[in-house]
Amino acid sequence: MGRKLLLDKAHIEGIRHYDVYRREGGYRSVEKALKTMSPDAVTEEVKKSGLRGRGGAGFPTGMKWGFLAKPEGVPRYLVVNADESEPGTFKDRYLMEFIPHLLIEGMITASYALGSNTSYIYIRGEYWWVKEILEVAVQEARNAGWLGKNILGSGFDCDIFVQPGAGAYICGEETALIESLEGKRGNPRIKPPFPAVKGLWGCPTVVNNVETIAAVVPIVNDGGDEYAKLGIGKSTGTKLISACGNISKPGVYEIEMNISVEEFLYSDEYCGGIANGKKLKACIPGGSSVPILPANLLLKTAKGETRMMTYESLSDGGFATGSMMGSGGFIAMDEDQCVVKHTYTLARFYRHESCGQCSPCREGTGWMEKILLNIENGKGKMSDIDLLWDIQRKIEGNTICPLGDAAAWPVAAAIRHFRDEFEWHVTNPADALKRNYGLANYEKPLEIAVAAP
Amino acid sequence: MKFSDDKLKQVDEMISHYPEGKQKSALLPLLHFVQKENGGWLSSEAMDYTAELLKIAPIEVYEVATFYSMYNLQPVGKTVFEVCQTGPCMLRGSDGIVDYIYEKLGIKPGQTTADGLFTLKTVECLGACGYAPMMQLGPDFREHLTKEKIDALIAEGKTKAN
Repeated sequence: MGRKLLLDKAHIEGIRHYDVYRREGGYRSVEKALKTMSPDAVTEEVKKSGLRGRGGAGFPTGMKWGFLAKPEGVPRYLVVNADESEPGTFKDRYLMEFIPHLLIEGMITASYALGSNTSYIYIRGEYWWVKEILEVAVQEARNAGWLGKNILGSGFDCDIFVQPGAGAYICGEETALIESLEGKRGNPRIKPPFPAVKGLWGCPTVVNNVETIAAVVPIVNDGGDEYAKLGIGKSTGTKLISACGNISKPGVYEIEMNISVEEFLYSDEYCGGIANGKKLKACIPGGSSVPILPANLLLKTAKGETRMMTYESLSDGGFATGSMMGSGGFIAMDEDQCVVKHTYTLARFYRHESCGQCSPCREGTGWMEKILLNIENGKGKMSDIDLLWDIQRKIEGNTICPLGDAAAWPVAAAIRHFRDEFEWHVTNPADALKRNYGLANYEKPLEIAVAAP
Repeated sequence: MKFSDDKLKQVDEMISHYPEGKQKSALLPLLHFVQKENGGWLSSEAMDYTAELLKIAPIEVYEVATFYSMYNLQPVGKTVFEVCQTGPCMLRGSDGIVDYIYEKLGIKPGQTTADGLFTLKTVECLGACGYAPMMQLGPDFREHLTKEKIDALIAEGKTKAN
């Protein structure tokens, strides 16, 4: 069994509340940081830990903190991104629902490092009951003296507020989140300036994912070096994976980043294999935006190496034959599923969620949705497949924020790896309405080219 | 629309989360609150009152209310079924749930029953992918949906209305 740093105590009865959380060793990182460390020393430990942003981009957290501008007399803000909305992703919800004080504790410690006296949790509005759980936890922390003025006599003041969104995937993008927190539409801002210089109300701001901030707790408690000993290479520590789709045991798992995809998918400790004795056809390993892989590229890389649950191994082969860790939303599809239909639902999702600022995204997402629906309904033409490819190419890289890329990649990867399934829909429209294409050759081992001697 | 002193106190509490002069930041939470007080939707009057409470222009409220999917700009049924239909839920049979609700209530996504009791909406990913198929029901999620569970939710909705 791998080490668990975040969820090891999440199952303890009553851990949602302060007394039990504290009894189990909670808030030690705040004591350690405020009483024995300077803010910069906390940042230094986070740098040493190798922690990378857990929201999807995987950017080194310590480096992000290091970019925060600190002009004299200007407030700085920490904003926690709990706008978890990437299809396939429900890990932050689990953490906040079952062990909310871990997030609050991480926020106080991180706020101290960053010099934020007022920090916010921006949570998607649909998680309304989780918002209420967090509000109770914040109040408990306040009552126990972990929030407020002069915490532990350190001279550091900090308070936390929970801000609900109202249904907009785009607000998970950090500048859109800031706009939304200012009471506006979630339209992403042009960068630069980056939030680290001009963020919330024009002040220097760090926006971090829930899981990232929670990881600050074990990093400060045990030291960055200890954290960095877990995992492989630049994939240090543990990662929460939310597993869903056609698997036996959907749910949230904390993994140490040193296990193989095969172990994660098939062992009883995690997903327990494909449900109902079926076979794996395809998988999106890191949330809907990352490339879908056929079974034969998921478990092994194109080089024939075992694919691991790490940032590097999941992206091995680039977009040609690899995917990404993304947000850790692991979506498995069995042999009976239709890749065209699944891709259509994702295209519809991105069309719905496009903020409409940039023409390539606003127009392109709707166009892709319509074409995919036509193909799915047996009304597609062969040329539509090339047209889809063309549209996604023209969205990618041509928008203010990464939603355009996120909308383009799933379509691109589906065509790249499942083109024969798309063509079958076009050439067999009557069949396509009655049944799905099936497993075809998608699990057949790939022939590995042997390097010339 | 006019709030009682008690409600106005709650509005002040929301505004207190932000620095002086940044009360516009309370717009999203306040719109949730106003919508709840207004029977589940935002009328023009409700939005104008929101603007007044925050001392901002009405257009600043309209543009936000029309952007976010949780704000209803039309009246809705007493019970609103918001069934997720994005990829991971589709893989676990969300289409069947939408069909079954149509079979039982005769409403398609976007429609409300003639008696005003039920509205059916299809929505995009709500972050419950591992517990699919699912729906949002007011402030709660209902997960691992089956036909039996839909029957129970319909019965519950009818009881609530009586």
